[in-house]
Amino acid sequence: MKQPLLTVEDLTVEFQTRAGIVQVLDRINLTLHKGETLAVVGESGSGKSVGAFSIMGILDPAARIRSGSIRFDGMDLLTSSAGDLNTVRGREMAMIFQSPATALNPIRKVGQQIEDVLRRHGPVTRREARRRAVEALAQVRIPDPERRYHAYPFELSGGLCQRVMIAIALCCQPRLLIADEPTTGLDVTTQAAIMDLVRDLGRERNMATMLITHDLALAAQYADRIMVMHAGQVVETAPTDALFSQAAHPYTAGLMKATPTEASSLDELKAIPGSLPDLKGSLPPCRFAGRCERRESRCDDPGLALAAVGTDDLHRVACRRPL
Amino acid sequence: MNAVATLRHTRYVLGENPLTVVAFSLFALIVTVAIFGPWIAPYDPIASSASRLQPPSWDHWFGTDHLGRDVFSRVIVATRLDLFIAVSAVALSFVVGSILGCLAGFFGGWTDRIISRCIDTIMAFPLFVLAMGIVAVLGNSVENIIYATAIINLPFYARVARAEISVRRKAGFAAAAKVAGNSDLRVLSMHLYPNILPQMMVQLSLNMGWAILNAAGLSFIGLGVVPPTPEWGIMVAEGAEYIVSGQWWLVFFPGAALMLAVFCFNMMGDGLRDLIDPRRRT
Amino acid sequence: MRTSWMVTVGQRLLEALPTLFGIILVTFVLTRSLPGDPAVYFAGPAADAQSIAETRASMGLDQPLPVQFGRYVQNLAQGDWGVSHNTGRPVIEELGRRLPASLELTLLGLLLSMAAAIPLGVLAATRPNSLVDHACRVVVTAGVSMPVFFTGLLLVYVFYYQLGWAPSPLGRLSFMYIEPPKVTGLYLVDSLLAGDFEVFRAALGQIALPAITLALFAMAPIARMTRAAMLGVLGSDYIRTAKASGLAPHTVLFTYALRNALLPVLTTLGMVFSFLLGANVLVEKVFSWPGIGSFAIEALVASDYAAVQGFVLSMALLFVSLNLIIDLLYTLIDPRAGGEAT
Repeated sequence: MKQPLLTVEDLTVEFQTRAGIVQVLDRINLTLHKGETLAVVGESGSGKSVGAFSIMGILDPAARIRSGSIRFDGMDLLTSSAGDLNTVRGREMAMIFQSPATALNPIRKVGQQIEDVLRRHGPVTRREARRRAVEALAQVRIPDPERRYHAYPFELSGGLCQRVMIAIALCCQPRLLIADEPTTGLDVTTQAAIMDLVRDLGRERNMATMLITHDLALAAQYADRIMVMHAGQVVETAPTDALFSQAAHPYTAGLMKATPTEASSLDELKAIPGSLPDLKGSLPPCRFAGRCERRESRCDDPGLALAAVGTDDLHRVACRRPL
Repeated sequence: MNAVATLRHTRYVLGENPLTVVAFSLFALIVTVAIFGPWIAPYDPIASSASRLQPPSWDHWFGTDHLGRDVFSRVIVATRLDLFIAVSAVALSFVVGSILGCLAGFFGGWTDRIISRCIDTIMAFPLFVLAMGIVAVLGNSVENIIYATAIINLPFYARVARAEISVRRKAGFAAAAKVAGNSDLRVLSMHLYPNILPQMMVQLSLNMGWAILNAAGLSFIGLGVVPPTPEWGIMVAEGAEYIVSGQWWLVFFPGAALMLAVFCFNMMGDGLRDLIDPRRRT
Repeated sequence: MRTSWMVTVGQRLLEALPTLFGIILVTFVLTRSLPGDPAVYFAGPAADAQSIAETRASMGLDQPLPVQFGRYVQNLAQGDWGVSHNTGRPVIEELGRRLPASLELTLLGLLLSMAAAIPLGVLAATRPNSLVDHACRVVVTAGVSMPVFFTGLLLVYVFYYQLGWAPSPLGRLSFMYIEPPKVTGLYLVDSLLAGDFEVFRAALGQIALPAITLALFAMAPIARMTRAAMLGVLGSDYIRTAKASGLAPHTVLFTYALRNALLPVLTTLGMVFSFLLGANVLVEKVFSWPGIGSFAIEALVASDYAAVQGFVLSMALLFVSLNLIIDLLYTLIDPRAGGEAT
């Protein structure tokens, strides 16, 4: 089998707060191949973004990586020097964020912000950078890119800002794109346009995409594989079709029941009982146990790990009583 | 929030910032000296003697000035006057500023527009310069120094009060009090104002140091306090001409006392803000 | 873009008008509320009953107040700010002659304090709760707690009396030098324009201590605001974007973070100016600086009201213009400010 582009192994991340240590990520594993789209799904606070920030190396200073490794194309990101990381970030792997309006520098022309990245990652003349910045704006289907080059973020709509973000992320042709809730806060038609743009550009360049979202329907539409996270743990990971035909984890099943689709009526929608457990202090092996209807005494036994569902090695679940 | 939590939070803030502890101790010392100053002072602060311009020694800890007066005694005795000027000025601007700010914040509309315009006009002057002008017009006395300092401090209180009241005006508890049949003024004074007191107190302690500096500055340029009354600002002014000939103690000790007092209030204000500001609470 | 900026400029100028009106009204009230009869003061100490009456008529004090006010504004606009009894010369002339000295000192003090305080604030913000941060906090709080006249005298003692590095604290230029030909009135600038480096060095020696005194005082608000603004900006989404794009650390810190953080710092400069113009008076007294401040102190002691009133008014006008400049600078740096102005 081909070497994956991105491998995360046993990644454990803690936050040090005044109230104590919070375990945000618990032994996360994931792989991502060239050209593949992986969706990371979970409610807010499940650790999706922290995972992405760890990969990009932009964690909050209060965060501490306890164990694990992150390898990108043979390079160990956690042990690399800050300088080496900085040459990879933005050129080889890039990220787009939620709330595009605040994720862009408010007092710098959007064109210049693209140029900053271009000039950082390659010897280009001022003229060349300028040309490529306009080109990048055109590529993300912004009308009248010459004029929009001079626009400030506050002069653009949320959708246009997100397109600018995508232009910044993709201007150096990265091989990995992490999209962190890229459509949050945009209206529905814009959402679809942005997602289509991300998918099309990803396919064009055979780029690996990690799509972080709380929206299972969105994940189903755009991802090849889906990884479900809950309270800092990966609870299930499977190819999209397999997940929808045969969800094995009670939490995944719950998420699906809570997601409205065209077929479902409001009566069928079901909220998942309880909320995310408090991640401070010691936690049970299965962090969903407290909210789970299928809980048994053996659920509290230590040593819970992802295991294959049936014969499909790609479909794995971390549950002692899978569905 | 219960008392235990408050106490724990207080201890936490103090533990985090030992300087606040120092500031509070210093404050206690200053108040003690202000109250008991005349009894602590070893010499009569205005009695001249033949031993002029003596450097600090066992007999005269802070040395003697150009008229042979004991600098230590003068610094000690001056504490009360300096503190009195600052406290009265700040109290005055606290009360008047609170009233104006509350009215502006509560009633809005024209009341707000007129009061805010007046406050803005005061702020349009460099404040110390305005104080100089006011003293010049009102006449050169300690009382007028207090009025001038109060006027230039007034905008700070009025602005805080206005902002805090206008945020809370629409709050549920204010509406409830109104529905229960309380008059506007009663809602304002009994229900709203107590809620903004913490913020006002922070402003007060941050402002206190500045008020001392302003009052001392005015007396340094010869306004207000008249010699031979001991006062820190005027003592520094009197000692100024001796600094170029090396008699540093005339300026140093009253100046240091002034600085310590201001430093103490500034540190206390910072500490108090950390204590009260909910954003720093966890 | 340019035309919209010109509109903004016009708007800000219009907005300053009510403030200007307020200032003039206050100074008018100040002059009219002098204890006793203003005519007695303005007629001078040697006046008899007749000259007092003449003064009253010439000042229009027998007219109703609104008329007096109108006349007052008219006189001010025509440059008639009264005559200083101390010097026997028109107040406006005295102020004009002394303004460059005060401006040179205040501006140099401000530049120095910005040069020290902004890096300090950035340093503290990039290492919050570190030793540097705490040290920065103590230093700036101490700086703002020092009465400027005390700081000034301490510097004189150390650098003039003890070390002998500084010249004697008497004015802008030692009598051994001839002042440079007047272009701007700022000795540092004029001496350079004239190419006279010896005078430049002498003037620099004279202004160093008073400017440092002012700078120490003004550091605290600037450093604090820089720190707070930088902390806010460094935690913002667009800094995260910049980091995720692999931009060089210095680009992130300066081009992205500092430029944004300077906006609130610029706003606080207004307050800093208010402090500086006041502190300037005290520093001028300590260093016998022949500026507007020492003129005002002499006038105050001698109850020279026309001069005091001219001083208060000119300082307020200076302050308003500086605020206006800050406001316009802001709209130049922040593209949002121009568009949102109403």
